[in-house]
This record gives sequence, C-alpha cells and structure tokens, in this order.
Amino acid sequence: MIISNIEIIPGKKVKEHFGLVHGNTVQSKHLGTDFLAGIKNIFGGELKGYTELLETSRKEALDRMIQEATHLGADAIVNVRFSTSSIAAGAAEILVYGSAVKLEDRADG
Amino acid sequence: MDNELLINIGFFVIPLALGYFFGKWNEARHYKSILRRENELRAVMVFAARHIPDDVDVDFSGLVSGSAVISVDYFKTFLANLRGIFGGTVSSYETLLERARREAILRMKQNAKDWDANVIFNVRLETCPVFASGQNNTSRSVEVMAYGTALKTQYFKT
Repeated sequence: MIISNIEIIPGKKVKEHFGLVHGNTVQSKHLGTDFLAGIKNIFGGELKGYTELLETSRKEALDRMIQEATHLGADAIVNVRFSTSSIAAGAAEILVYGSAVKLEDRADG
Repeated sequence: MDNELLINIGFFVIPLALGYFFGKWNEARHYKSILRRENELRAVMVFAARHIPDDVDVDFSGLVSGSAVISVDYFKTFLANLRGIFGGTVSSYETLLERARREAILRMKQNAKDWDANVIFNVRLETCPVFASGQNNTSRSVEVMAYGTALKTQYFKT
C-alpha cells in the first residue's frame, strides 16, 4: 500500500478510482498522564505522554483507512489529509482521509 | 500579615518562579537540541510544493509524519494573561509554537531518513490545542503535526 499526500505517484498512473476512504479514532488520556501534564504546565516542556498517545492513535486511524482501502481492492491512497480536533476536555479525535486508487506502471517509465 | 494571605501569595509566586527558571532552562535546552538536529538532518530537503518534477526517478515514495506536544510553563501563561488585557503580540507563546513546529518538522525528517528518503514534498502543518481534563477551555499545550510525501531519489543529489 502506497500512501501519499500528493495526487500522483511518480512513475505510476491511476488505473481505477475507488473514492474516499477514511479512518478515525477518538482517544482520551488516562488520569496519570493528565496529572503529569498538569505539573508540566508549571515547568513547561514537551508532554511525551501526549505525543505518544496522539502518535499511536494516528497510526490506528491510518490502519483503519488502509483496511478500508484494501477491502475495496485498492493498492494506494493518494491525497491523504490529517485532521485533529479536541472534541472535549481530555479527548481528541484524529481523522485521516484520502482517495483510494489502483495504480499501474506508466508506459513511458 | 496573616498566614492565609502568605499561603495564597506562595501558591502564586512559587509556580511563577518555578515556571520562570525551569521554563527558561527547558527552552534553552530544547533550542540547542533543535539546532543540533537540524544540522544533522540538513541532507533531507523539505518542500511545501505539491508538484513533483516530471523527470524524477523515484525508488521510494510514502507518507512520513512527525508530531510534538509542547506545554507552556506557568510564567508564560501569566505573561500571556497580562498581554490579554492590553492586547498585542504574545511573544511568550510565539516561541512555544515555533519550538513545537520545528520539533515536528525534525521528527518528520527523521522519519523520512529512517526510510532512506532524501526529499519531502507537499509538507503540511497541522496545529491543534490539547485540552487536559479539568482545564475548562484553557489549553496550555499545543500539538503540531507535520506530514508530507517522502521520496527517495537521485534527482536532488548535488
């Protein structure tokens, strides 16, 4: 599965379009990280717990999108966009979406 | 002066002082690390352009990303609140966002390097406030995410 946030993949051309695919996750932090974040708000610096949490949920959202694309029979997702929104205190939604396509090699290389 | 007032002042002054010193120290250390890694990762080129030149030979193409959540310190929050009264440039938050952004871009570059890619196209930056529960609508940290399409190519080698 090739994933790109540009519409074209160099050296390939689109053979078939499958339309929009997306994946989302809503994650919340556990109290421990929240508590540590509260302390960090005094000292400043990176909130490693949050970075990791958002990273894993982003991976999860990507996986869900890839699963949907695979199910459709696509072998690439182009024009991928990420979007994050804090829906409530302590929870965030990660959304990733793109167009699922099937590629073939371009004749002229 | 009665004790209660003293305690109240302490609750305000101590975090402020801690925030000032640790925040300053943290920021200086972070900038140092950012500059060092930016030098190390200079080989990875980053473009905001979405058009890839037609004659590029590509060995690898894929999505890379990096993100960072950076928190303000108490002193900066205080400064920003003061600024909020008079209006104007909140420079204490500017450095915060800049650090988060540069850190995210660095992590994206590192991600690309792990794939042996040397160019990143169509870089997009995404900023989102992070709310901890219990803080009503006051976000004290920010997440920045950078993502783009990494290519492994000989085209840009000089």
